[in-house]
Amino acid sequence: MPTFFEPKQIATPGDLLADGDYVAGENTYKEEQGIYASRTGLVEYDNKKVSIVALKAFYIPKPGDIIIGTVAEIGFNGWTIDLNAPYEAFLRPSDVLSRPFKPQRDELSQVLDLGDLVVAKVVSYDRTHDPQITVAEPGLGKITRGQVLRITPTKIPRVIGKKGSMISMIKQETGCEIILGLNGVVLVTGKTPEAEQAAVRAILRIEEESHTSGLTDRITQMLKKEKSRLEDVKSE
Amino acid sequence: MALVIAKIKHRQIVQLVEDGKRLDGRELTEYRNVKVEQGIIERAEGSARVRLGKTDVVVGTKVELGEPFADTPGEGVLTVNVELVPLASPGYEAGPPDENSIELARIVDRGIRESKMIDTEKLCLEPGKKVYVVFVDVYVLNQGGNLIDASAIAAVSALMNTMVPGYEVEDGEFRVKPGSSSQLPVKQHPVTVTCAKIGDKLVVDPQLEEEQVMDARLSMAVDDDDKICAIQKGGSGYFSPEQVIEFAGLAVRKAKEMRKKLDW
Amino acid sequence: MNEKPERLIDKKGLRLDGRKPDQLRPIKLEVGVIPNADGSAYVEQGKNKILVGVYGPRDAHPKHLALQDRSVLKCRYHMAPFSVQERKSPAPSRREIELSKVIRESLEPAIFLELYPRTMIDLCIEVLQADGGTRCASITAASLALADSGIPMRDLVVACAAGKVDDTVVLDLMDEEDKLGSADVPVAFMPSLNAVTLLQMDGKLSQEEFEAAVNLAIDGCRQVYAVQKEALKAKYVGVKEEVDE
Repeated sequence: MPTFFEPKQIATPGDLLADGDYVAGENTYKEEQGIYASRTGLVEYDNKKVSIVALKAFYIPKPGDIIIGTVAEIGFNGWTIDLNAPYEAFLRPSDVLSRPFKPQRDELSQVLDLGDLVVAKVVSYDRTHDPQITVAEPGLGKITRGQVLRITPTKIPRVIGKKGSMISMIKQETGCEIILGLNGVVLVTGKTPEAEQAAVRAILRIEEESHTSGLTDRITQMLKKEKSRLEDVKSE
Repeated sequence: MALVIAKIKHRQIVQLVEDGKRLDGRELTEYRNVKVEQGIIERAEGSARVRLGKTDVVVGTKVELGEPFADTPGEGVLTVNVELVPLASPGYEAGPPDENSIELARIVDRGIRESKMIDTEKLCLEPGKKVYVVFVDVYVLNQGGNLIDASAIAAVSALMNTMVPGYEVEDGEFRVKPGSSSQLPVKQHPVTVTCAKIGDKLVVDPQLEEEQVMDARLSMAVDDDDKICAIQKGGSGYFSPEQVIEFAGLAVRKAKEMRKKLDW
Repeated sequence: MNEKPERLIDKKGLRLDGRKPDQLRPIKLEVGVIPNADGSAYVEQGKNKILVGVYGPRDAHPKHLALQDRSVLKCRYHMAPFSVQERKSPAPSRREIELSKVIRESLEPAIFLELYPRTMIDLCIEVLQADGGTRCASITAASLALADSGIPMRDLVVACAAGKVDDTVVLDLMDEEDKLGSADVPVAFMPSLNAVTLLQMDGKLSQEEFEAAVNLAIDGCRQVYAVQKEALKAKYVGVKEEVDE
């Protein structure tokens, strides 16, 4: 039962990864006896499962996901939220307010206006309907400060790191609060704009170099250098 | 007539084809009955009506004077247009030609042009200034499947009975010389053969429901000397290279059969 | 107006640009060239210069064109007014409309459209300079743009044309060969699935010549396929090398 790629080798759509009694994992498909890549990415083997860790993909909602979105449209009975994904989400007033509500357009825009950012949770999604989201839980709601950036959603796990090692390190070195939306949108809130910028730069670099090794060390070094540079500036 | 085919019928057609059979009992490589009437529109310079199964197409040709194209000053102009008129199918809407009618027009045009059916140099009256322009207008009256082959037969038939008005020059002006029409000289009689891919089989002359089920279609125009002169694959499926080459042989055979059947 | 050359293949068997009958023009492919697009690619082949951008999958506009069970691929093949010898009007010609259709149909089999119902994928092909074989180069670049956007695909689609010039079957026609030769057979192919997704022809070929042309075109496709794969990997390989230093 041959395999044709080494682990962590880059494969492109249509590449034959393995032939025989294998199972098609993420970003692959099975045709006859062969497992083929459907996206560009790094090959990964897990026993009989062959997957591709995609270098670029877009977000498809799953119930329970935490996401960050922008209010794109205000309708008569709710808001349409742009998730930076193929599907837009719908937010109902009942999922925002704790009190009952008369659906009038003015009142809706006073709660959440066009361009407002929200941290939300996906309530439901299936092939026949757009995803429904809610902000009626602790930790969710309108974002009032901080910096927002977008990275390709497949890199979010890399920003989190093994057992959260990467994201804890960034939080520690910069002193920032970081919320990672699974749709690739990230919110960084820090004590100073410089601290926020450092965190943003670190995350963007992780996105670019996610397929290389020794990344955690390099990012740690980068942030430490940044921190000491800022302290030097402050002490002048 | 439904625009969306019922799933049961879909499965039925696929199963039949797998077993080498079709809805109307034909062989996989068999054409439906074809009926051609020529010269039915007196006002046109040439015309023909073709019925291929339930598909019904009328072609009228008009010959006028015009200017040649800049890059072919010594050649007449041939132009093919297709109208998928709304009465031909519940799915057709009035309006400018959409991609389907444009594609069909260009396929029919290619078969005629590349086969060199008409010697366009003979259509030149004054190089760079005045040439004959032959308009071939294809009017689809009923969409019963395989518009390509039906339209191609109708267009070729219409050109075969096209009378070109004679002109004389008076005071530098071109004027029609009454009673001096002559038959449009025709050198080839191209036949286009279309198949649909259903499952793994190729089905010649697909009827409407077969088209609704097919993965893709392949059309080849063949001239009197068994040369292939135009090809078009359509639909969002695919063919294997082996099927393409196999079909080339089949198209040449079926074109010969059709030419004999039509007495061309 | 240029003069017509007497022969398209000289006594040494070489073509107007010095190539052998089975030789491809040099090809350059680049991915990720338009920052705003979800995916993009650029191709240079002979004098062809073509840019492709992809947006989507995204909300379907207009809504009534959306399909309940899959995404809809929209494709626009368009030539810039300055891309050809005599200025071409920017309005879509019948040729561009037909090409938009056949190019779309050559790419659809490669995309897992069923995964994104009710959405639309917009593919824009802009020919900046034309030199024979624009539809093939466009398909080759469009596949890369689709892959670059992260849309899952069964395989890359690659395209190449063969034809007949002075009684010889040749690969990858340039502009003069296209205009003055006796046949042109563009072919689009998915090598992993052994699938021909675009096939057209104009000219005159015997059955045997046609078979030779198709096989030659597919051979050319396989060569270009390797270049496509390198172009997709190039973005990441470059970063890896920088980091390893």
